[in-house]
Amino acid sequence: MIKNVEQLNFLRDKMRKEMALRRGVEAEAAEMGGRMQILVCGVAGCQSSGSLGVYNELKNLIETNKLEDEIKIISTGCMGLCALGPLMVVYPGRVMYTKVKPEDVAEIFQSHIMEGKPVERLFAVDNDGTKIADALGQHSFYTKQLKIALKNCGTIDPYSIEEYIGVDGYQALAKVLKEMDPEDVVDTMKESNLRGRGGAGFPTGMKWAFAASQQKRQKYVCCNADEGDPGAFMDRSVLEGDPHSVIEAMAIAGYAIGSNQGYVYVRAEYPVAVKTLKAAIQQAKEYGFLGQNILGTDFSFDLEVRLGAGAFVCGEETALMTSIEGHRGEPKPRPPFPAVKGLFGEPTILNNVETYATIPRIILNGAEWFNSIGTEKSKGTKVFAVGGKIERTGLVEVPMGTTLREIVFDMCGGIPNGKEFKAAQTGGPSGGCIPAEALDTPIDYDNLIALGSMMGSGGLIVMDEDTCMVDLARFFLDFTFDESCGKCSPCRLGTKRMYEILEKITQGKGELEDIEKLEVLARNIKNSALCGLGQTAPNPILSTLRYFKDEYMAHVVDKTCPAGVCKSIIKFKIDNELCRSCGICKKHCPVGAISGDKQNPYIIDQDKCIKCGVCAQKCPFNSILHRERKGV
Amino acid sequence: MANECNGCEQALAMEKALDEVIARYKDTKGPLIPVLHEAQAIYGYLPFEVQLRIAEGLDLPLADVYGVVSFYTGFTTKPKGKYRISVCMGTACYVKGAEAILDKFTTTLGINVGDCTEDGKFSLDACRCVGACGLAPVVMINDDVYGNVIPENVENILKNYEEA
Ligand SMILES: Cc1cc2nc3c(=O)[nH]c(=O)nc-3n(C[C@H](O)[C@H](O)[C@H](O)COP(=O)(O)O)c2cc1C
Ligand code: FES
Repeated sequence: MIKNVEQLNFLRDKMRKEMALRRGVEAEAAEMGGRMQILVCGVAGCQSSGSLGVYNELKNLIETNKLEDEIKIISTGCMGLCALGPLMVVYPGRVMYTKVKPEDVAEIFQSHIMEGKPVERLFAVDNDGTKIADALGQHSFYTKQLKIALKNCGTIDPYSIEEYIGVDGYQALAKVLKEMDPEDVVDTMKESNLRGRGGAGFPTGMKWAFAASQQKRQKYVCCNADEGDPGAFMDRSVLEGDPHSVIEAMAIAGYAIGSNQGYVYVRAEYPVAVKTLKAAIQQAKEYGFLGQNILGTDFSFDLEVRLGAGAFVCGEETALMTSIEGHRGEPKPRPPFPAVKGLFGEPTILNNVETYATIPRIILNGAEWFNSIGTEKSKGTKVFAVGGKIERTGLVEVPMGTTLREIVFDMCGGIPNGKEFKAAQTGGPSGGCIPAEALDTPIDYDNLIALGSMMGSGGLIVMDEDTCMVDLARFFLDFTFDESCGKCSPCRLGTKRMYEILEKITQGKGELEDIEKLEVLARNIKNSALCGLGQTAPNPILSTLRYFKDEYMAHVVDKTCPAGVCKSIIKFKIDNELCRSCGICKKHCPVGAISGDKQNPYIIDQDKCIKCGVCAQKCPFNSILHRERKGV
Repeated sequence: MANECNGCEQALAMEKALDEVIARYKDTKGPLIPVLHEAQAIYGYLPFEVQLRIAEGLDLPLADVYGVVSFYTGFTTKPKGKYRISVCMGTACYVKGAEAILDKFTTTLGINVGDCTEDGKFSLDACRCVGACGLAPVVMINDDVYGNVIPENVENILKNYEEA
């Protein structure tokens, strides 16, 4: 139990020494008797690619060689470079190994740990082909990053509150409790110009000020960890890699607005995040950062975890609160805003995980520091979960104002298989796509809105020439119409109608007036739906229409799908100039739709063809195509 | 329920566990959803009888309980398979070909999405992002995560669940 700031500082200094190797201060480390610290990513992507086996193998070797006192292994949260997982980092030297398999561990152990010779073949390879030992410091994936929210992700043990304390954890809470009035905290948040990272970008300080000014005895602090955008995993990574930063920030929020109770609403699909967070809350209680009279002050604050149950709309603030209350997660009209009348009818603030994770840094380093990062109207950094058709999928945190080109090409290595970049999708089902023309636009809240997309929570899905934009719009509308809670009719019926029209177009049955209908519907739904879900549901359509109208026209007028995705209208054809009459396609066609022999040209019977694509895959001469050949 | 099954031990144990859960949450604010989660963990699904017991235990109208159960896709009133297969259809997985993988599971298992094989071994669902988008396309079977799945792998994946 830590009862005051002196005890906190004492523990911090002790832990700083223990973690000295990771700070690159080897002299201090020697004092503590540790020779090496090895971090293995133990979450999400890396875990599914087998990092647990790597961890166990390493632990075994260290134990059988009786090196436990000299070498410490730490299972950490996400290091970001998921595509190259499982990842391992060895200190001193900060040598990163990628795609480590349990079989590789013996070599790393013998060569690096015992003989001091790092294993080059497992280094990360940069864009120019060079192998880099200190990837965290020198690989282009990392050099442009600036970590604030993810500062501790992948560098500390998320299950150890002491490691968190060792990297200045709970110092911000101590600072506000000892040196600041609640009003000062709210003012600092206002001055920092931090905007919510959950989607809309609402100024956090303003939200806190509203709630703080309510004269009510009971208020609540909530955290939105519902992460509904499919394709986004930054909130998951923060909870699994650095849960205490969220706990600390929520306590700070509680102090600022005058609340003694918080709730974290986590989606049930994230069992590991839930487990890590619950363990962290338990530790925070044991150490006295949650509970009664925190750090010997009058301030008391408690935290509870609530699970979602698979409803996207529960990410919307009023629906989330209704869900915590135990009801169907339907949104409510605003006003009254939650800051006035929220959870259980009391003033409530809700912020996103990443928003919270940023706050302790702002308190410690000051609003001015935060304002020095980012663009004029979007300060600080943003975490993006980069996925889709991209070489290096993973998590990146960059200053606001970084361009899409820097993220996609410089950091994440561009598009695999020599394909071309077509667009990036941000904002999930509420967002839109950013076409190649806008690759050099600095990314911030306002520029993304101007491009017809939005920041959203930070999912960034890259698409190449093989993605059909009409099909993508159909995919998102399928999502929103399925997830519409049904309370208001513009959303319940409107999303369904828009989905049906898109379905018709992708089946080649669309007519020109359908495109007009889509535009009218989209506008009306945007203006009349009750909550953000319906209001933003048309965005994927509007933005694909804006940048890729030619693809819609191709489906409607020419009845073809230029990307070769929409099965009902694609036709497989054999290019007889390239065909060498080998007969392989005929042999593999599961429905016998191909005829021909040495004398007669091979042809595909379109009535029989089920468009499975096997023939095109098997053809050794690349002569079977289902769309126009590029450049011909 | 106990009577229906002539007091068979397992049913009684489950009922007891459920009553404990209800008692534990009775004084919590907004107890229904946490209780439903735990009840589903006990029974594997939420049949009518369980919903009724929860309604009585928490002193809520049955309609409220049913309303909540039917609202959230995370709650199911149909039993699931011993191995629950979830094919991620989130955006990252979708653009990397998740649909073909889902198709492969339906044809290989001979069941539709949302259904369970007759022997109760596998159930198949499409799910929204499991947060392992870096490995898209992703399939989860109970707690096992498979990344970078291609349709050709589906049969091999299923082989892992063949009982010895
Ligand atoms: C349909 C819908 C879904 C949402 N889903 C999420 C979500 O998954 N996570 C999140 O943080 N915010 C989500 N939001 C935004 C929240 O309503 C809210 O603005 C946000 O959590 C506030 O936190 P912030 O100010 O820190 O961003 C969603 C909004 C809508 C309309
Ligand atoms: S989209 Fe499939 S795991 Fe995220």
